[in-house]
Amino acid sequence: MSSDTASGRPIAVSVTGLGKRYKLGRRRERYSRLTESLSGWFRRPKSDDSAPADAFWALRDVSFDVVQGDVVGIIGRNGAGKSTLLKILSRITEPTEGQAVVHGRLGSLLEVGTGFHPELTGRENVFLSGSILGMRRAEIVRRFDEIVAFAEVERFLDTPVKRYSSGMQVRLGFAVAAHLDPEILVVDEVLAVGDAEFQRKCLAKMEDVSHGGRTVLFVSHNMASIEHLCSRGILLDHGRVAAVGTASEVVGAYLENVHGSEAVDLADRRDREGDGRLRFTGIEAQLRTGSDGYIRLNYRATQALSNVEVSVGLFTLRGEGVAYLGNAISGDALGEIPREGSLICRLPHAAILPGRYSMNVYCTSSGVVCDWIVGAADIDIAEGDFFGTGKTPPPGYGTTAMAHKWVAEPDSR
Amino acid sequence: MTEPTHEVGSSLVTIIRPHRGWAPIGLRELWAWRELTFFLVQRDLKVRYKQTAFGIAWALIQPLAMVLLFTLFLGRVSGIRPVDVPYPLFALAGLIPWTLFAQSIGASANSLIENSNLLTKVYFPRLLLPLAAAASHVVDFLIGLVLLAVASVVFGHVPGPTWLLLVPISLLGFLAAVGAGLWLAAINVQFRDVRYAVPFLVQVWFFATPIAYSSATLPDQIRPLFWLNPMTGVVEAFRAAVTSQPVDLASALAASVAVTLTLLVTGATYFRRVEGAFADVV
Repeated sequence: MSSDTASGRPIAVSVTGLGKRYKLGRRRERYSRLTESLSGWFRRPKSDDSAPADAFWALRDVSFDVVQGDVVGIIGRNGAGKSTLLKILSRITEPTEGQAVVHGRLGSLLEVGTGFHPELTGRENVFLSGSILGMRRAEIVRRFDEIVAFAEVERFLDTPVKRYSSGMQVRLGFAVAAHLDPEILVVDEVLAVGDAEFQRKCLAKMEDVSHGGRTVLFVSHNMASIEHLCSRGILLDHGRVAAVGTASEVVGAYLENVHGSEAVDLADRRDREGDGRLRFTGIEAQLRTGSDGYIRLNYRATQALSNVEVSVGLFTLRGEGVAYLGNAISGDALGEIPREGSLICRLPHAAILPGRYSMNVYCTSSGVVCDWIVGAADIDIAEGDFFGTGKTPPPGYGTTAMAHKWVAEPDSR
Repeated sequence: MTEPTHEVGSSLVTIIRPHRGWAPIGLRELWAWRELTFFLVQRDLKVRYKQTAFGIAWALIQPLAMVLLFTLFLGRVSGIRPVDVPYPLFALAGLIPWTLFAQSIGASANSLIENSNLLTKVYFPRLLLPLAAAASHVVDFLIGLVLLAVASVVFGHVPGPTWLLLVPISLLGFLAAVGAGLWLAAINVQFRDVRYAVPFLVQVWFFATPIAYSSATLPDQIRPLFWLNPMTGVVEAFRAAVTSQPVDLASALAASVAVTLTLLVTGATYFRRVEGAFADVV
């Protein structure tokens, strides 16, 4: 077995020249009708693979080695190729070029509650999900009590999971996954769910895992947990490796080097949820501390929509929530909106400090999600004169500019 | 999509690279994942009969209702009616293996798109999905078999040693369904037309198989064509074994075995060739 000469420890995962190309037409069309395909063959007899115009590389020329026992954080902006990389290593999708050599049993955890069926009971789902994730039946039997105790669902074991609260479902799903025992564990962002207390518990469990000598590859947007949990980091940018190093070096590189414009195109984003009756096509933002600013969401809908609720979530690049801007809480009914247009959020006298922020966009119509993009855009908020004094708070004091007054009072006693 | 994994010393090495051309079927890996097959079958069974008032009794109601209809409408038509076996038993003995075939083919054809959430989130041998979907209907079949045994006694054909032949005959019908199901499942991922075409295909296949009628009623000129249908041999042999008539297995089933093996091997090979793209297309 090959080994890393610097540390003397054996290599766990070795990736060389890995690339993945998607065909844009295939992505958008999802699946096709046979007749279309037949007529397509007829018209263009053999140009299917050789049309670069509608191809797009989600990952290209990616090479790195992971040494056994390393906990590696994989970071990068949305669309940088993190999920594609995990999917290739998990053997869910195959690469277009290059190769990866994996030494040892690899288990992947790309969602919480993989394979859960709502009609089955908690007990049945533990066995089903565990088995889908690659556990042996005997292994599940042996760790069953531990899993149930971790999830805190003892009383509901024989209740169908569809009657569980979403919190309980998440706890049970994570509990099964946390007791997976592969030599190499691939984890995608699963800590972003559940209530605060359970998240702490999951982080503690992840720490156990990472100190147990196991190799872990971990994708997250939360820079704090990357720095906390990981020893090494890999920064991806537009499908290529932009930096490799210690976790804090790579997080530093990410925070410094994220660059983008204030107008972001969303039309080709693939990492979105919702039924597609409305799709955000772009974001324009003009925001400056203390000035009247706006966030404009351009959209296209399949029909005029009513009962629309739209929201923008603002986060720091470390993943901490900053503000929630939604027409439901601001009390602004939008009426029936046309098939094409913009939803504009006006922010008078913006009470937000300068810096770089990440935005989620979300839209429902009559309570059903139309579009939802996490990490839709990163925007820069420029320095401005919030207090009308020409002065700004020193750096390091959070994200909020709060209007305030100081007075002195004589001691009245 | 992956080189076959192999042990090096104590450790497993997996090489992930684009696959070119044909991949082996990977029976050893399928066997290693047999426990998951079991849990998937269990899931399909439990889910199928949850929140139904009659539950698993549907496995009895469906063939019984069909036999009743056949007996009322077809049983009196001369030429269809067999000479030595009561028509209801004749029809039931054809319907039981046919139902296994029809349900298995439908379930496996839709298995990949119905489990698309798994295809995009976790790795396991993809062949397990159509296999497990088809296998979950074997349980219904076994219940149907009990019904058939009771009906045989009622109509004066007490089950004899020829019933042992039902095991290989049924297995053949099941494998024919899996073979066709593998083709349909793989094509279904990209072309959802399959979803709509399968019920129609099964309907036509039903009439092309001697279930409500005896193959003896067929004109001699078209009979060879009927033996190309793997289910013709299966149904005829099954019925002969139930009614304890001498079965000339070799000649009755030779064509069925050949067609089934062809379907199975080509289906599994085609499936393996295209499975690398399932997660991207589904």
